[in-house]
Amino acid sequence: MNWVVDNLDLIRELTLVHLRQSVIAIVLGFLLSLPLGWLAWRYRGARGGILTVTGLLYTIPSLALLPILPVVLGTPIFSEVNLILALTIYAIALMVRSVADGLGSVDPAVRLSATAMGYGAGRRFWAVDFPLAGPVILAGLRVTAVSTIALATVGALIGITNLGYLFTNGSQRRIIPEVVAGIIAVVLIALVLDGLLIVAGRVMMPWSRAQRRRARRAVLPLEVSVA
Amino acid sequence: MNLIGDAIAWIFSGDPGAGLAPIPVALAQHLMFTFLSVLIAAIIAVPLGWVIGHTGRGRDIAVAISGAARAIPSFGLLILLFLVLGVLRTTEAALITFVLLAIPSILAGAYTGFEAIDRKVIDAARSMGMTQWQVLWRVEVPLGLPLLIAGLRSATLQVVATVTIAAYINLGGLGQYILAGIPLRRFDIVLGGALLVAALALVLDGVFALLQRASVPAGMRAAQSEHKTASKRSAPARAAVTAAS
Repeated sequence: MNWVVDNLDLIRELTLVHLRQSVIAIVLGFLLSLPLGWLAWRYRGARGGILTVTGLLYTIPSLALLPILPVVLGTPIFSEVNLILALTIYAIALMVRSVADGLGSVDPAVRLSATAMGYGAGRRFWAVDFPLAGPVILAGLRVTAVSTIALATVGALIGITNLGYLFTNGSQRRIIPEVVAGIIAVVLIALVLDGLLIVAGRVMMPWSRAQRRRARRAVLPLEVSVA
Repeated sequence: MNLIGDAIAWIFSGDPGAGLAPIPVALAQHLMFTFLSVLIAAIIAVPLGWVIGHTGRGRDIAVAISGAARAIPSFGLLILLFLVLGVLRTTEAALITFVLLAIPSILAGAYTGFEAIDRKVIDAARSMGMTQWQVLWRVEVPLGLPLLIAGLRSATLQVVATVTIAAYINLGGLGQYILAGIPLRRFDIVLGGALLVAALALVLDGVFALLQRASVPAGMRAAQSEHKTASKRSAPARAAVTAAS
């Protein structure tokens, strides 16, 4: 425990670095997977190609992807950019499927009625398709956020500093509390980010909760009239 | 591009140099650790997953545990067990980490496989007079097999990735080339090792993809090609397995 108390500043600093690296990758992955997921959902021909390529990229272990990326993209191997790019690729691989599945889960009748009411393609996507696909996309985003934060620690193996440093340093110096502190910090920031995403989902998609409540109440019709 | 050429030349040079183990030895170690851990994890998780899927009990706990497991960094867990068990028990520390990592995916594959089965099929089996055991072994297990294999697939890939990392605690395997090459600035070794690891993962993924396809019972395959909706229905379940990994 002494180690943790003596090194709170280090842990705080590493946590911030870790958060910065992961959050950039999660946001980039989310933004890039929207158009890719839309393509995969809209065009059957593109679907197989996009999902296969992202699936294969996801298959490549992180410690192998980190040295391969610089050769393909020309980024310096030991830079933070390299880690963020690798994490972004994994985030896209997880998210694209959620976006495509989410858009696929929208009731076609709703989409048709939007068209009938005069919605153009762009407005219909942002006002109807995207919000209704929201719950499935959010579920994918939560999985992506949590696994990205855990995965980022691998960067320490090729010398990129973040909370993973507590694992490499703790292992070399045989300080068990340091490693435990690293694990707890990673799990904590993953849980906090996950909680924030749940809250954001409730604020932005209040209807998904109302629907669930209605579905539960539908079983007891009497209670609905009382409420 | 020159670097890729150097890396491939290194792979086929026959001697990895820098006092490292020959590639076939490292590959054998990597495969042995992967299969052994997935096997142990399957022995634990498959019966448990089947019980959850058959009875419908304990599902929420299983989902919560797999969700929480995703937040734990496998690299950190590996180092922690390595320090706690001591240098003499490196293999045990690594095996425990790999097994713990593999369990959630296999568990999810086992119970989602049962959940994805049309309830009418199980009702039909019951009405034909099948006992609980017959329903389990003749209906649920065969029909749930493709998703169980999907679970084994993601578990295997996760373990392959973690065995790579385990080279850090001198476990051997293909990850040793990546980690040993970095301080030596031998990027041909680093990239060669990375290409070998990526190739191994892709090959294993391909083998499991074939197994998954072959494991769909003949009757179901005919039904699926007739009604495209049938394959669509299993899509969320498949997504659940990948998500659980």
